[in-house]
Amino acid sequence: MPKILNIVETAYRATIEEQDDTVLWLTHMLKNAGADICVLLRANAVNYAVRGQDASGLSFGENRMTHSPEIDKDVATMIEKGVAVYLVDEDAVERGLSEGELLNGIRKIKRRELPELLDQHEQVWHW
Amino acid sequence: MASEKTLTIAIMDAPYESANSTSALRIINAALEKGHNVNVFAYEGAVNLTMKAQQPHPNPVKGTSVEQEQHPTTKDWVASLFKLASTKDVKLDWVNCGLCVDERGAGDWIEGPRRGGPKDFLDASMASDATLVIPTK
Amino acid sequence: MANYLLIESRDPFDSSDSQYFPELVQGISDRGNDTVLFLVQNGVLPVRKGSKYSEAMSRLIRNKIKVLADSFSLKERAISNLVEGVEIADMDRLLDLLLEPGTKAIWH
Repeated sequence: MPKILNIVETAYRATIEEQDDTVLWLTHMLKNAGADICVLLRANAVNYAVRGQDASGLSFGENRMTHSPEIDKDVATMIEKGVAVYLVDEDAVERGLSEGELLNGIRKIKRRELPELLDQHEQVWHW
Repeated sequence: MASEKTLTIAIMDAPYESANSTSALRIINAALEKGHNVNVFAYEGAVNLTMKAQQPHPNPVKGTSVEQEQHPTTKDWVASLFKLASTKDVKLDWVNCGLCVDERGAGDWIEGPRRGGPKDFLDASMASDATLVIPTK
Repeated sequence: MANYLLIESRDPFDSSDSQYFPELVQGISDRGNDTVLFLVQNGVLPVRKGSKYSEAMSRLIRNKIKVLADSFSLKERAISNLVEGVEIADMDRLLDLLLEPGTKAIWH
């Protein structure tokens, strides 16, 4: 099975009504279907690796959202299932993210290491 | 004559929102013209590309009628791609992601596409000569 | 060593993330990969001579990276005075590159 790298770079795009990030969700589904897949978070998507994201509490008139997205838990579950989740270190630093704020198991890489990461995967899908 | 090559392409953009939709259809058109087989995985907003209820309209700014304006609909473009595939005797397999269809109410589509999911995309990609993902922004 | 077909659809003026893709293209090429940058949609805007980002294109070309620009996108934007070394291409060419065995295609 060829190795697949999913690159996620746009965070919080319709995540409330989707209850997920649609590319992280797709990654879960592809993993469940047998794909050898991992994820790279870059640009504002590095925020997906932050512990404690809370999207609860929205309502529209009487319609109260009862099941909000829990993206940090989705990322943690992915790591538990054996999906490597990489994060571009400089993108996180530029956004003021400290080591202590990030989920356990996130693999940091430097921007200059991106080409090598791409070389290690037969398919690179940039979302 | 069929080339024996297969391209899989994943798209996400809804019609009338991004230049990506036109580019994707251009690539599919060119591939079919060249005799390649094409698998399409329409994810998220892209499931709206094939909605049967799309209608052309006049243009009040230009003062044109419906007939004069000849406003394109993506469902007609996609229907033409299915026709092209048939003419060229190659396969166009268009999968609309089922859950994306459900949440958008986009289930009434033209003849040609079928309902599917991420596993269809994975299987198609693994069996293809090339895979291209066109993301949305 | 692999073939990379990198497709840029975005205008670098659109965001401050404009360095990311050209740097990635260069980094991939520096590792010895056969690298082609195909510009489409607003991604062709930097190849207009005189654009602030045209030097970024020239730099890639000087570094032996093939830079192609979609003919329809150029025509759509009335771009006829191109940075030297940019080759005008069409979707047929993109397909040929895409279907070259061992090619990774990345659309940005």
